[in-house]
Amino acid sequence: MLTKRIIPCLDVKDGRVVKGVQFRNHRDMGDILEHAQRYAEEGADELVFYDITASSDGRVVDKEWIRKVAKVIDIPFCVAGGIRNIEDARKILNDGADKISVNSPALERPDFVTELAEAFGTQCVVVGIDSLYEKGNYIVHQYTGDEKKTIKTSRDTMEWAKRVQDLGAGEIVLNCMNQDGVKKGYDIDQLQAIKKAITIPVIASGGAGKEEDFQDVFEMTGVDGALAASVFHTRQIHIADLKHYLSKSNIQIRL
Amino acid sequence: MIAVIDSCGSNITSVLFALQRLGAEATLTADPEVIRKAERVILPGVGAAGTAMDRLREQNLPQCIVSLTQPVLGICVGMQLLFSYSEEGEANLLDIIPGNISHFTPEKDKTIPHMGWNSITIRKTHPLVNDLPQDSYFYFVHSYFPPVSDYTIGACSYGGDTFSAIVARDNFMGCQFHPERSSKTGAHILRNFLEMPA
Repeated sequence: MLTKRIIPCLDVKDGRVVKGVQFRNHRDMGDILEHAQRYAEEGADELVFYDITASSDGRVVDKEWIRKVAKVIDIPFCVAGGIRNIEDARKILNDGADKISVNSPALERPDFVTELAEAFGTQCVVVGIDSLYEKGNYIVHQYTGDEKKTIKTSRDTMEWAKRVQDLGAGEIVLNCMNQDGVKKGYDIDQLQAIKKAITIPVIASGGAGKEEDFQDVFEMTGVDGALAASVFHTRQIHIADLKHYLSKSNIQIRL
Repeated sequence: MIAVIDSCGSNITSVLFALQRLGAEATLTADPEVIRKAERVILPGVGAAGTAMDRLREQNLPQCIVSLTQPVLGICVGMQLLFSYSEEGEANLLDIIPGNISHFTPEKDKTIPHMGWNSITIRKTHPLVNDLPQDSYFYFVHSYFPPVSDYTIGACSYGGDTFSAIVARDNFMGCQFHPERSSKTGAHILRNFLEMPA
């Protein structure tokens, strides 16, 4: 059986791992390589690195660390942040990343998703969606790396998810902004809605606070993976313990 | 020396690093002379089989590859290239192992691509799977799959589709998953490949 993926996300700023609450007040969490290696050893199924400053600053993710990560870890990893053209993406993939994730640049120019899929295959192309629930609607937000630059788009989240699937995305990471950093559990309603809307894999992001939150999101929404950051960085949840807990709850997990 | 065929696939760096971690000396090359003389050959690949096949043709490599007598390991799309034909882009392939590559059957609650960790059932003994525990997990990313046949060493199921995860015919072997990204089990497969008699 295909297993559900547990994916630690490392928010990267200036070559360090950081974490903020609802995208604010970024706190230094330590060295990238140390985190990456520890997670791979603890049984993480995949890693995501987000350069949270890149998109809103208009600069590309600093790639020095990508080769170093690729050298030491033996699980797949995805790099996100300010990838604006085919050449940016090619460099990151050539440096050893398995996937690239685009968010704001895809909103600026949706055809970019198709260009990436044609150049590298859909399996490499992840689209990140930052979605905020407001007055009964799920609305896509842009440039969320910097609070001052964050804008609300006119796009409905489910419509955008379907669109990027058609454009050639191989996977979607749905970051539910109302839940991000507050540790009250994943946004079950929204994740159920997106799973119904599309057939490519969906990774849940935003809200994990305890082991039961992972169980709920897998059992209630059928998402393919669950992403979390601070609960893993702070060791509030240990990945190996989490995976044993989920396996005992009859969720398909790689132990 | 291990020749890693430069098929312009983007998983090449990961493959080279994985070999490095195992202490193997590997060269990235598209030179038929270098490939012929190598002790072992790895054919990586991601993306569409038809596109990968076109690249091999542009570099005049198909003839060279089919005539190799040393151990050859195809990875992911590199494995699919060993088969006869792919539905993806309706492409003729190297035709070393009989069989056609097909698209996954759409089913309810089945996400495509097949992306993530899945377990394989070993169906035959082979040096490539020496000491590998039954139902070991490997990392897969693909939308098309090779058939189960007499050449299947390990099989994997996804929804109602069962496919070859590991194949072998004579000196040609292939795995649909990414051993370079499959943690300890992936390293186990690569080590077996490096240690089998050349």
